[in-house]
Amino acid sequence: MSIQAQNQSKTKAAINVVTLRLGGETMALPADCLREILEPVAVTRVPRAGAFVGGLINVRGAVVPLADLRVAFGMALTEATPDTRMLVLEVPVAGETVVVAILADKVHDVTAFDPATLEPIPAVGTRWPPEFVRGIGKWQDGFVILPDLERIFSQGAAQGAATGLVEEGI
Amino acid sequence: MSDMDEVGGLFRQEAAELIASLEAGLLDLERAPTDVAVINAVFRDLHTIKGSGAMFGYADLAHFVHEFESVFDGLRKGNASVGPDLIAVALRACDQIGQLIDAPQTAGGQSDVLLAALRQAMDGDAADSVSPDQGWRLRFRLGRGTLKLGGNPRLLLEELGALAPIEVRALLDEVPSLDALDPHDCLIGWEVVLSGPVSREAIEDVFFFHRDDMLFELEPLDGPSADAATGPARPEQEKAPDAPQAAAAAGADTMRVETGRLDELMDRVGELVIAEARLSALAQRLHDPGLLAVAEDIQRLASGMRDATMSIRMVPIGSIMGRFRRLMRDLSQSLDKPLAFVTSGEDTELDKTVIELLADPLVHILRNSMDHGLETLAERRAAGKPDTGTIALGAVYSGAEVLITIRDDGRGLDAEKIRAHAVSKGLIAADAQVPRADLLKMIFAPGFSTAAAVTELSGRGVGMDVVKRTVDALRGQIELESEPGHGTTVTLRLPLTLAIIDGLLIEVGGENYAFPLAAVEECVELPPEFEEEGKSSSFLNIRGALVPFLRLRNLFDVAAPLTDFQKVVIVSSSGERVGLVVDRIVGNNQTVIKQLSRLHAQMLCFSGATILGDGSVALILDVPQLVAMGRAQEERARNPRLERAA
Repeated sequence: MSIQAQNQSKTKAAINVVTLRLGGETMALPADCLREILEPVAVTRVPRAGAFVGGLINVRGAVVPLADLRVAFGMALTEATPDTRMLVLEVPVAGETVVVAILADKVHDVTAFDPATLEPIPAVGTRWPPEFVRGIGKWQDGFVILPDLERIFSQGAAQGAATGLVEEGI
Repeated sequence: MSDMDEVGGLFRQEAAELIASLEAGLLDLERAPTDVAVINAVFRDLHTIKGSGAMFGYADLAHFVHEFESVFDGLRKGNASVGPDLIAVALRACDQIGQLIDAPQTAGGQSDVLLAALRQAMDGDAADSVSPDQGWRLRFRLGRGTLKLGGNPRLLLEELGALAPIEVRALLDEVPSLDALDPHDCLIGWEVVLSGPVSREAIEDVFFFHRDDMLFELEPLDGPSADAATGPARPEQEKAPDAPQAAAAAGADTMRVETGRLDELMDRVGELVIAEARLSALAQRLHDPGLLAVAEDIQRLASGMRDATMSIRMVPIGSIMGRFRRLMRDLSQSLDKPLAFVTSGEDTELDKTVIELLADPLVHILRNSMDHGLETLAERRAAGKPDTGTIALGAVYSGAEVLITIRDDGRGLDAEKIRAHAVSKGLIAADAQVPRADLLKMIFAPGFSTAAAVTELSGRGVGMDVVKRTVDALRGQIELESEPGHGTTVTLRLPLTLAIIDGLLIEVGGENYAFPLAAVEECVELPPEFEEEGKSSSFLNIRGALVPFLRLRNLFDVAAPLTDFQKVVIVSSSGERVGLVVDRIVGNNQTVIKQLSRLHAQMLCFSGATILGDGSVALILDVPQLVAMGRAQEERARNPRLERAA
């Protein structure tokens, strides 16, 4: 994130975020893009769609793609636990709002978060793809990652396109 | 305020339809210049536009249409004949009506020019519209409610008197006896003789605000005076009274509904169908006869609801064909290529969403046929073809699909030219062996255009690929046939609806998938010799015909162990068949199609997803895509080295 963007974010008031645990890290998502939190439901696998958005779920009559952010961040995939939840989000992808669900190992709570405390991701010493992180903030005693959902899912869609092209070659 | 906006919106919508109808009428008139029914229809449209325009405060519009109407009066009276010039100007005037509604402030300036042109185009009309010296005999009867609405017949008579010396006689035949008389009704008619040179327009202008529901007869004094002497017991009806009647008759059995509400209804029916499936599953499990009976009833009702709701959404394709006639007429003139544009199957119905999305691609294909397909006049003569080219647009049902064909008798596609062009654009390798059919399809590739010169109509190279994308998005297909020198046929195959289909549910490796039932030809057992892979060729012998087959478990990377008694579902698309090996056939179900999100938009094997009775999601298999994959396998089997173009 550039200095300019940082300055911009400093002028903003506190935003509400929902904090969750995923792959051993704490992440925060803007609460206004969260639609609902579900107990895990049956997932239908989409063959050949890749691991990132590999499934579909039924959210009260709507078919919603299920994504696993751990794939985007290159985290280890672990089995579901009783704490596992599915978060239904509304994410803008290429100018269009896409409803997508993501997995979380555990959902903590909704909290006010001051964007002014947001720091850019350090250039060295992290394992995450820097373009997928909007910044790192402080929360309680530790750090919290703000993923850049729009970019993650835009790339996901592009990757889907790439898969499709491979498929066409068959 | 919002009410007013809504009403204004209604007016604009109605006006758009009237303009379309007017345009169609004018085009019909060009073909059948003496058809009285058509002339009357044009009149009715003009009259209704004028009436509602005045009601909604479009004064310029009302005035313009009124003049338009007056000029056309000559036609109705048989004083003038329809010529091509007249139709051309009238069509422009028709556009002007639209302009006056969309932008009344800016469009007004054109009106007078067009009206002058209209009058000029009306041969012989000029003499008629300026009256004979002797004057006029006018009989009029105002609407019954005129007095209540604040009208004052005396003022009208005075106004007439200002035009020329007048002689007035009251027509009292409709005045009832005193006990039946409502003094607020205007029951008296008048016969006025204007002796002096007055123009017809001037007289008509006097009655401008009353014409909607009045009887109005105007004839020159020297003309045939009909029954003027015997008294107007039942004067010939003017157009004004019969127009509302016709409109009422048409309006009685139809109703305008916001499309958003229809979509909502469809969503609800979709949910109902899903809930019904859950109920059925539950009833099956509980074995309660009472519950089963109710579940069956509800299933029947839900399926009836589904059909009824879908039929509401069906729109005849004629609703968009109308606007193409005008387009083709204009193109034919601007390109100087004489054209017979033939349409058929106007009453073929398609889902409203499909129709809306289809309009632009069709315009594009038609323009291409006109621009690139048809030869110039000189070329046609040199080739010994008739001067007039033919472009036919037709629609016809075919199973669960609708076929829309656009056929021209032009020069046809030149495969070699396409090939050279594709190579120069880097779309295929110079030495690639591409079958002719695939070569022709290159015109749908992005960035492809065969036109040597870019015309204003088409040939910017951003058209046919858009057509293909739209048709793909509608889960349809494009086929192309062309015979050099004899023309090209473009066929669009489109599914009847996008919302709910009958599906065949199958299982592979414990996962459910749905086929569109309309595409399924039959289901057979997989012969034992094919049970294990790689033992023999992947072709089935179906009553003597070789059908390639694909194993869905390979296609979908299924890890679960192979089950016994595998089945083959034979599906077909555009006449080609392919078998799909599945573990189990579950049965029929009503499949509510949910589009996949853009995150899965490129999953070509699937056309959508649906929700099953147990609440789980099943993917819907895209048959044309599977057939294409089967064909590719067939081609590989026949010629392992053959390169695929795409």
